[in-house]
Amino acid sequence: MDFSNFLLQLLNSVQYGLLLFMLAAGLTLIFGIMGVVNLAHGSFYMLGAYLAWSLSSMFGSLTLAILLGSVLAVAFGLLLERVLFRHFYHRDHLDQVLLTFGLIYVFEEMRSILWGDDVHGVNIPAALGASIPLTDHLSYPVYRLFMSGVCIALALGLYFLISKTRLGMKIRAGAFNHDMTEALGINIKRIHAIVFAIGVGLATIAGMIASPVSSVYPNMGSQVLIMCFVVVVIGGIGSVRGALISALLVGAVDTFGKVLLPQVAGMLVYMLMAAVLLWKPEGLFKQ
Amino acid sequence: MSAAKSHLEVLPRSLQLLLVLGVFALAAFPFVSTDFYASMMARMMILAIFAMSLDLLQGVTGLVSLGHAAFFGIGGYFLSLVSSDSGTVSLWWTLPGAVLASAFFAAVIGFFVVRTHGIYFIMVTMAFAQMLFYLVFDNKEIGLFGLSLRLGGSDGVYINLKPDAALFDLENKKVFYFFTLGSLVLVYLFLRRVLWSPFGRVLAGIRVNEHRMRALGYGTFGYKLAAFTLGGGIAGLAGYLWGAQTGFVNPELMGFHMSAHAIMMVILGGMGNFAGAIVGAFAFEYLLHLFKDLPDIGGFRAGKHWQLWMGLFIVLVVAFAPRGLLGLAERVLRGKEKHHG
Amino acid sequence: MADEVLLSAKNLVKRFGGLAAVNDVSVDLWRGRIHAVIGPNGAGKSTLTNLLSGDLPPTTGSIHLGDQDITGRSPERISRAGLGRSYQKTNIFLPFTVWENVRLASQSRAQHAASWLRRATGYAGTNERAEKAITLAGLEHRRDAVAGTISHGEQRQLEIAMTLATEPQVLLLDEPLAGMGTAEAERMVALLQRLKEAHAIMLVEHDMDAVFALADRLTVMVNGQVIASGTPEQVRNDAGVQAAYLGEEERS
Repeated sequence: MDFSNFLLQLLNSVQYGLLLFMLAAGLTLIFGIMGVVNLAHGSFYMLGAYLAWSLSSMFGSLTLAILLGSVLAVAFGLLLERVLFRHFYHRDHLDQVLLTFGLIYVFEEMRSILWGDDVHGVNIPAALGASIPLTDHLSYPVYRLFMSGVCIALALGLYFLISKTRLGMKIRAGAFNHDMTEALGINIKRIHAIVFAIGVGLATIAGMIASPVSSVYPNMGSQVLIMCFVVVVIGGIGSVRGALISALLVGAVDTFGKVLLPQVAGMLVYMLMAAVLLWKPEGLFKQ
Repeated sequence: MSAAKSHLEVLPRSLQLLLVLGVFALAAFPFVSTDFYASMMARMMILAIFAMSLDLLQGVTGLVSLGHAAFFGIGGYFLSLVSSDSGTVSLWWTLPGAVLASAFFAAVIGFFVVRTHGIYFIMVTMAFAQMLFYLVFDNKEIGLFGLSLRLGGSDGVYINLKPDAALFDLENKKVFYFFTLGSLVLVYLFLRRVLWSPFGRVLAGIRVNEHRMRALGYGTFGYKLAAFTLGGGIAGLAGYLWGAQTGFVNPELMGFHMSAHAIMMVILGGMGNFAGAIVGAFAFEYLLHLFKDLPDIGGFRAGKHWQLWMGLFIVLVVAFAPRGLLGLAERVLRGKEKHHG
Repeated sequence: MADEVLLSAKNLVKRFGGLAAVNDVSVDLWRGRIHAVIGPNGAGKSTLTNLLSGDLPPTTGSIHLGDQDITGRSPERISRAGLGRSYQKTNIFLPFTVWENVRLASQSRAQHAASWLRRATGYAGTNERAEKAITLAGLEHRRDAVAGTISHGEQRQLEIAMTLATEPQVLLLDEPLAGMGTAEAERMVALLQRLKEAHAIMLVEHDMDAVFALADRLTVMVNGQVIASGTPEQVRNDAGVQAAYLGEEERS
């Protein structure tokens, strides 16, 4: 593999990894703080993609669609938490798995009713349509760099929120000890709502920015869900840092695997997961 | 896991009687109905075997596997791999072969996943099953040890000739039906035996309090792995029968929707006693057909959107009837017994 | 039977991050003796028990059961080597009957523990062991009751019965008297005195009356360290102990 090809794959792997991180971070946060496993997490990704398509068709601009879509997603997340998920927190994992599995069906059908079952493409905004030359004969699409940039910005924002703000402190306290946090007069319900909305928002934004690259199609949620689970298992459930390192690792293994070992490419990530499980059954960065 | 609330190990007499009547009804069914419905019943019985194999894991041992369908699929694909259009294969080595193949995969995967707990276990079982799903989905063919195995990719594989049983003719629909019924009854009796055996008691203990079981000296990893392997093998039996009955296998048989359906069947019927799994399988499949056959209401194609009804149904059952149908029946019957007792 | 050391723990240290929950603790358990470990909350008594039972691996130090080195072994291997442990927080099988709880405990020692096809309740050896344990713990009259429905004191008795059904040589008892009324506590003390002869017992307790009635040896722990160890008389008269612990107990 020559250098320019390597650089190309590296950039692709980082971009894919960062996208996975957006999803995994939400899933792991929601589990770490509220103890809920949400099988329908992939549905938010799908929702984002369909929102991006329908809003950008409506307003003619993907950027506007993403901004508007983010707001809608957060609102939807708050509503969903309030009406539904709040009641799942104390249920055991089996119940949560089934309840959220039922939700996958419901979301898929709502999508089918609202937007139909066709596959759609989303156009990259003109300003981001160019390609940056990397070497003499290889150039890289600006849009993909933009995707990575958005993910990095959101990741930094998340880090800043959790580590440096009072809200973040409350969130971390809530993960550590619910009852104590409540006893200190912190509104744990609001914390839960916010964390859930962040999780939904990250997944939906991931879907929105990925839509021009991945297209918009039914069942895209299920496919990304499984990768998300693998990332969370490897990284350690509840650990956002673990999710980041794991996502980049998975992105690298998957991307380079497809190029170097195409026969077993699909299995590599699972083999990685199996190896991690032998060494650390609760993930690399268990909380 | 809330083992205590969703559990029903000992069946009250009245329920046992109902089950026996059910078997008689199943036996009579092909004589009073058409071939089409008898085939449908046969498929339900096969799914009941699949559900029972999951109940061993979930209801008895407390292992919630979101990847159990992988072993169901392996049983079916085993049949497709050994079958050919040029002649029949013998039931008497292909059926045990399918069971052993599934059990083997279950043992290997189990070795990795059984060391995890709680939500991790759920996620990794799903992940490994999806790995197998994609392996089959993405490859029309795969080369292994010099052999070329026809996996069929997303299109699946047709199995045109039923296995040859020598003593009886499985191509005859009624014969196949009774072979399936016989398998169902035998698997049920076997699993009930296991439930009350020393091994089964250990599995139940692991479900209730694994920590204490270890403190008492039980090597729980080994027991869980054994349960996982046994469950996988029986799922493979069901998958084999499914492949033989329908004549077709495809990757969906291994998918996580199939695994989730199996979990639903077990929950719907009531966990931990195997009878619930049978009831749940029939009830779930029946509902599925019901939802798919819903008429159009003023332009809204209710049947096309069966997933919506199924999803809502799942949410309602889990929210309000966690001990399933048998749990409800038991409560009703216990209430009656109290009044007459 | 000659007195012998059945369990010997030397220089056990357990660190969690920077904190040493158990800091250089040694203890020997002799057959025919009850060795009580006392100390205020947070002294490290539970951690020590967890180290000995295999629930936690020690950071440094060693544990020998007879002449076997069991340091860092899993709980199930340690149990099989002959150590039985009861828990402070009742750790039984709530949905099973009292009999089944003890039978299942006893089954762990049977050769056929993994047999698949015979009825579990039909094995004479297992049943005998379970009968002995239930009788010893005084629960024969409650055999058919579901464990979740019996009284707290009876659950503590069941806790012991299960441990006894594995026929251990060494018993680690973590606050067996916790939450018991006077009559129940007296019964439990009588039981422990009966058990003393054949076993080496380590008793973690807060009930000082019971401790001084039962203990042949006493170890006092504060902040993870042993501040005194010896006969009850020696410990009682130890100035450091009086200051740190016993004085507070008498006042309260």
